[in-house]
Amino acid sequence: MNLRESRSGLFVGLGIIALAAVLAWQTSLIPSEAAYAQVGPTVVPWLVTAMLAVLGVALIFETSGERDAAEEPRGALDHRPLMWVIAGLVINVTTITYLGFIIASTALFVCAARGFDSKSPLRDAAVGLAIAVVVYVGFDRGLGYEIGDGLIENLL
Amino acid sequence: METLGYLAQGFAVALTWDKLMWSFVGVSVGTAVGVLPGLGPALTIALLLPLTYQVDAASVFMLFAGIYYGAMYGGSTASILLNTPGETASIVTALEGNKMARKGRAGAALATAAIGSFVAGTIGTIGLTFLAVPVVDFALRFGPPEYFALMVVAFATVSAVLGTSVMRGFTSLGVGIFLGLIGIDLQTGQSRFTFGVEELLDGINVIIVAVGLFAVGETLYLAAYKELRRIDTIAVKDSIWMSAADWSRSWKPWLRGALIGFPIGAMPAGGAEIPTFLSYWLEKRLCKHKGEFGHGAIEGVAGPEAANNASAAGVLVPMLAFGLPTSATAAIMLSAFQSYGITPGPQLLTDQPQLVWSLIASLYIGNVMLLILNLPLVGIWVQILKIPQSMLYGAILVFATIGTYGISRSVVDLILLYIMGAMGFAMRRFDFPTAPVIIGMILGPLAEQEFRRAMTISQGDLTIFVTRPLSLTLLSVAAIAILAPPLWRMTNMSRAR
Repeated sequence: MNLRESRSGLFVGLGIIALAAVLAWQTSLIPSEAAYAQVGPTVVPWLVTAMLAVLGVALIFETSGERDAAEEPRGALDHRPLMWVIAGLVINVTTITYLGFIIASTALFVCAARGFDSKSPLRDAAVGLAIAVVVYVGFDRGLGYEIGDGLIENLL
Repeated sequence: METLGYLAQGFAVALTWDKLMWSFVGVSVGTAVGVLPGLGPALTIALLLPLTYQVDAASVFMLFAGIYYGAMYGGSTASILLNTPGETASIVTALEGNKMARKGRAGAALATAAIGSFVAGTIGTIGLTFLAVPVVDFALRFGPPEYFALMVVAFATVSAVLGTSVMRGFTSLGVGIFLGLIGIDLQTGQSRFTFGVEELLDGINVIIVAVGLFAVGETLYLAAYKELRRIDTIAVKDSIWMSAADWSRSWKPWLRGALIGFPIGAMPAGGAEIPTFLSYWLEKRLCKHKGEFGHGAIEGVAGPEAANNASAAGVLVPMLAFGLPTSATAAIMLSAFQSYGITPGPQLLTDQPQLVWSLIASLYIGNVMLLILNLPLVGIWVQILKIPQSMLYGAILVFATIGTYGISRSVVDLILLYIMGAMGFAMRRFDFPTAPVIIGMILGPLAEQEFRRAMTISQGDLTIFVTRPLSLTLLSVAAIAILAPPLWRMTNMSRAR
């Protein structure tokens, strides 16, 4: 087992232990005096908390021999494309209530496409807008979703 | 022969124009999402769950079943031409199938996959038809302790089978159960794991979790790792009609694959992965052209493809008879049943015979449609593979947005979607399987409910689970499922030395 791998195991294990700690905190907030039930509301939450805590510790000590190898080499993490996609998601969630689904989704589409190496933002905007309009009409008018108002939605 | 009478009634419903349309749309959409890397049946069905508020149950389940079967067919096309398995069930197909394609035998590989899928899918559906009634009779003997034990078996096998280690599988499952517990506990009225967020009192919608994990998570993951994005599609140059030699080498693997796939799928053993691997291993042993294995042996495509389609039919047995989903797709279908207020289980067959039998009939019809869609018309799906990734993943995110924001108009749901997406990214990065999250989320609360019922019967005595023979047997099976893989690995390692 090399150093890199053991560090990732430590990282993952600590992450799961942290999650278990959060669950323990939340479980402790559930009032458990429910005499009328054989199994109160906290029994299963405590079980899950304990399970994750034990697994978190175990994962720290898991050696590579106990695991099958990952299927494909993934290479190094590339920050820039990831940031484009995340930027798209953030723009989407912050503008969707003000500008409406269609504009927010078009922006999301353009950013995501940029993250996946697209070089022509204008074409992406056109394609994204077309997809967003079709999806909006299909889901809102066709399938009975209620997607709400927006600058373009109100014109349709 | 009561069964055949029911089945005939099922066909009478499934063969109406209206229902044929739903089936056809289902198998077409299913094939498309199976072909496209990054999209799968679980995600697609999750996005379409809101249809359950609009359309009658029979139509919706025909659509969903079509998607489910169709994705199995489409997955093999992606495996063969791209070497990127669309879903876990077609990982094995890529081993030999992509090698065949590289040698200019893509047509033969696609043909043996499609015909094998048809043969095995039909055998599996016949198995489902005739097993449904006996299995339901057996299921009627189950009380709450047995149901609980059966769910423990499903938890164990799903966690042990999927992913790179048992521990990682269980961690995913635990996270899923946690997500399933969020909201108000129906029995005691206490709110659990809501972090003071009012929107969480009703629980997290499974759509958000599935779409976040599968769509947003996958997109972030592929954006971050360029290496994984490099795909080269192999053109189909040869005829899609198999030669006589191909037929004679394929038919036995198809039948063997079907016989391996259906029973394993029908057991609560985690879906299609095990049977495909078993079938591959078996065909490698039996093959007269051993040298070809690893370089494009047709048996290595025919067997596993048959096995995964037969197991797809098998998975529906515990799903319909016990209400026990053993794959992410089945788990989401279960939540569709719940949305209609229908509880799958032994009563389903007596309460809703028309629904069940028309669903089964639609599986036969869907298989025929899929054979046509995937053999003479395979060219259409090859075209789909030419969609640039930038457009595909951009569109996936737009669909993810509408699938979550569109049902609630709640920004909280979008934020939850992104949290699930970040979790999906981290799980892929650190090799955790995602399917157990969905299964834990759906099955966890049901297991808690059965546990409570059992405890009420026994007045708090835990020994009820080991004093009833059936429950004890099931719990032993669960223990074996957890302990066997590490022991197997240890013996293999000592042998390797």
